[in-house]
Order: sequence, then structure tokens, then C-alpha cells
Amino acid sequence: MQAERLAGGFSEPATQSSHAFRIVMEAMARPGTIRPIAGARAPAPLSVAAGTVLLTLCDGDTPVHLAGEADCEAVRAWLAFHTGAPVVGPSQAMFAVGSWQALGPLSAYATGTPDYPDRSATLIVECPDLHPAGATLTGPGIRDQAALSLPETRAFQENRALFPLGLDFIFTSGDRLAALPRSTEVR
Amino acid sequence: MTRTSEYNFAYLDEQTKRMIRRAILKGLAIPGYQVPFASREMPMPYGWGTGGVQVSAAVLTPDDRFKVIDQGADDTTNAVSIRSFFEHTAGVATTTATAEATVIQTRHRIPELPLREGQVLVYQVPIPEPLRFLEPRESETRKMHSLEEYGLMHVKLYEDISRHGHIATSYAYPVKVEGRYVMDPSPIPKFDNPKLGDCPAVQLFGAGREQRIYALPPYTQVVSLDFEDHPFEASKADHPCGLCGSDSSYLDEVIIDDAGGRMFVCSDTDYCDARQAQGHRGKDAA
Repeated sequence: MQAERLAGGFSEPATQSSHAFRIVMEAMARPGTIRPIAGARAPAPLSVAAGTVLLTLCDGDTPVHLAGEADCEAVRAWLAFHTGAPVVGPSQAMFAVGSWQALGPLSAYATGTPDYPDRSATLIVECPDLHPAGATLTGPGIRDQAALSLPETRAFQENRALFPLGLDFIFTSGDRLAALPRSTEVR
Repeated sequence: MTRTSEYNFAYLDEQTKRMIRRAILKGLAIPGYQVPFASREMPMPYGWGTGGVQVSAAVLTPDDRFKVIDQGADDTTNAVSIRSFFEHTAGVATTTATAEATVIQTRHRIPELPLREGQVLVYQVPIPEPLRFLEPRESETRKMHSLEEYGLMHVKLYEDISRHGHIATSYAYPVKVEGRYVMDPSPIPKFDNPKLGDCPAVQLFGAGREQRIYALPPYTQVVSLDFEDHPFEASKADHPCGLCGSDSSYLDEVIIDDAGGRMFVCSDTDYCDARQAQGHRGKDAA
């Protein structure tokens, strides 16, 4: 138990997190594109991609919500040791991680305020698979259109309607991720 | 250049980089919105690109090839010292060739060579708030952005027309991003404004003293504000470059003697050098 908690971090934090961030940044800048990412190994049920995103972006300043099966003793201990991020409920979370079903309802998360739309949560959605088919995406970061296997479309259309408020999403599956910012139109 | 190992990779500590990285992600998710961030003291004065340097430090990886330009030039003091700063603290490879660079930090220009996917352009921004000279109170400009109340900006452009007969704003020309936020593109000449929109590269803006980060994802719609009867015009000096003969690049006017003699040369030194290497010659070339 102790070993699992201490293992799985970055062996070279500065350079590994810089590579991981560039992948997350390019994913957020180009919604729908699927990229490989690796570096961290979080305890089950978290994927390599979700663990790497958490290590890259979270620290003591970022309250994290663990949803559903992600809220287990192993993940709590791992997150506490490697990031120091406080574990909180959805309404106070800057980041949340879990399956799509476990994360809902989305109305529980902060979507920002008209003055500060950046004060909104980023949801890391663990998916069984990611492939470039399904919902059609258009908007900033997409030249013509993109496609991504989203868990549903309606929730993202409602999120887009809140713009410039809203939630931003990072979809993770195994060692791959894709992102969907609030600015993307989903059809 | 070997890295000076006493510093963390790219100078900033990891917690600071995470904070800046989170701000960059929110900036990309809300194109044109200025995200507040906790700007750090950097080993250079405010006004020398501390915002751009912090964004570059958060973005750079050891595999990057880094280029810095100051008003288009790779060889001015600001560009040379920032390039050497990251050679020492990050050990990254550097270049002056726009095509070879993966991260380009810029002060007040967009390179002439079209940018491509995979590149990141980092702007140094002095005053990120486009409404600041119209309304000094931050509490008010924030409200104006949240209410999309941009009438004052059009009044300012209209006053230009009533006074000068045309829109006299020639740099830091305000743009509207995706039909929502009015944004200051940093003091780039308005000649460069058309390159902001539909750009394949990621564009990040960092203002160190003012503690703001904002961003344009690739292929974002960026429109320079104008009027139907006074459309936006990307202007430049009406001359060819004296060294490479280019008639499509942005030019600097250089005084060359005490008798009023002058020449016009490309502000983008890499573009001008590359054209001269291809055999292009202007009228003042030696």
C-alpha cells in the first residue's frame, strides 16, 4: 500500500511536466485531436493520462474532486503525496476526475462569473475509448471541423450556450487524451 | 550553450509554472479573455518582456528550438538577452530562422513567414487592457468586458476619423475575437493584424507587470474593429526594402546621415537575410 502511494510520480518532474503540459496545451488549443501522453502512473482506477494531467496541473492551490470509483483510498493517498491537492466536493473543485456518469450532474461545478469566467472547473473525464468519430466539433482551434467520441452531445451544447462561462473538459483513456473547451460547438 | 544547472529547468519553480500553465489553458478556452495570474519577479525589469518570458518558461520543453525577436530583429539587446537567458536556464536550442523555430517569443511583430502548426508564438504585452486609456479603473473595464460594452472603443476610432479623416491608430489596433472579447494584440503594427486570425500556430500573450495572460487558439476568428465606410486597412511604408527589394514586408525607416538621408529596410531581419541569400537585392544593397 505504502509503495503504491509513493510510486508513479515523475522521475524528472521539470522536463516530464513540460512535455506533458505541451500535449495538454495542444489538445486544448485544437479541440478533438487525440494525443498520446505518459509520465505518471496513478493507482487504479485512474488511467495513465488522467494521472499525468493531475501531476502536471494540480498542487496545493487546486482543490480536486474525485468522483465515483476514483474516490478511493489509494487515489487519495497518491494525490496527497504527489500533489498536495485538497480533495473537495464538486462545487469547490478546480479540477474533477472520474467517469462521465460519476462526474454528473454538471450543474454542481463552478462555471466562473461574468467578471472572471476563468474561475471555472476543468473536468477530467475517464473514457473507455477515444476515437475521432461521433459528435462534430467546430469553433476556435478547429480549421474546418473535427470529430470526437463524446459520451453525449446535449450536455456540451448546454455548456457552450453559457459562453464565456462554462466548464472545460479533458477526456482521458489509457495513455491518450483529447480536450473540449467551452468555446467548441458540438453537433 | 550548456545549461546552468543551478537553476530549475527554464528558471521558474514548478509550482509557478503550474499556475501559469493553468492560466494558459483557461486563456485558450476563452479566446481573447485576459486571465489574471500571479506574475513573478524576473531577473529583468518590467517592460523588458517579463510576461513573455514567464509564458515561454511555462511552455518550453528541452526539445524545443527557441527564437526571440524584438520588433522583427533577432539581434537587438532585448532579443539577444532573452535568447541567452533560456540557453542558460533551459539549455534549449536556439535559432534565428522562423521556419526552424518551435517557440517564438516576440516583441511587437509577427514574423513575415507564415507560421505553421506545431509552432507557438509568445507575445510580450505592456498594457493588455484595450480599454485602459479610455477607462482607467480596472473594476469598470472588467464590467465592460463582461457586459460586452465596447461602444467607447468605437467612439475612440470615430474620433480618429473626425480629427484626421481616417483611423489614425497604427499599432496596438484593437480586434474582436470570435465575436465576443475586444482584445489588444500588443503593440504590433496594424500591418500584422490580418495574420492574427486563422493562424495555424498557437498564440499566447503575457503581460508581466499587469499580471495577465491571454490566448488565441489556432484558426480563431479575429476581426480588426472598423466602420462600413472606413474599413480597416493594413498599412505599411510605401517603399520596397532597400536591402532585399521586398515590396510586401513591413519596413523600418532608418536615418543614414545628417543630411536627411534615409532608407527603408525590412523589420523582420530573418526574412530580409533569407531573401538576400536567395539573390534578391534592393536599391541600397552594398
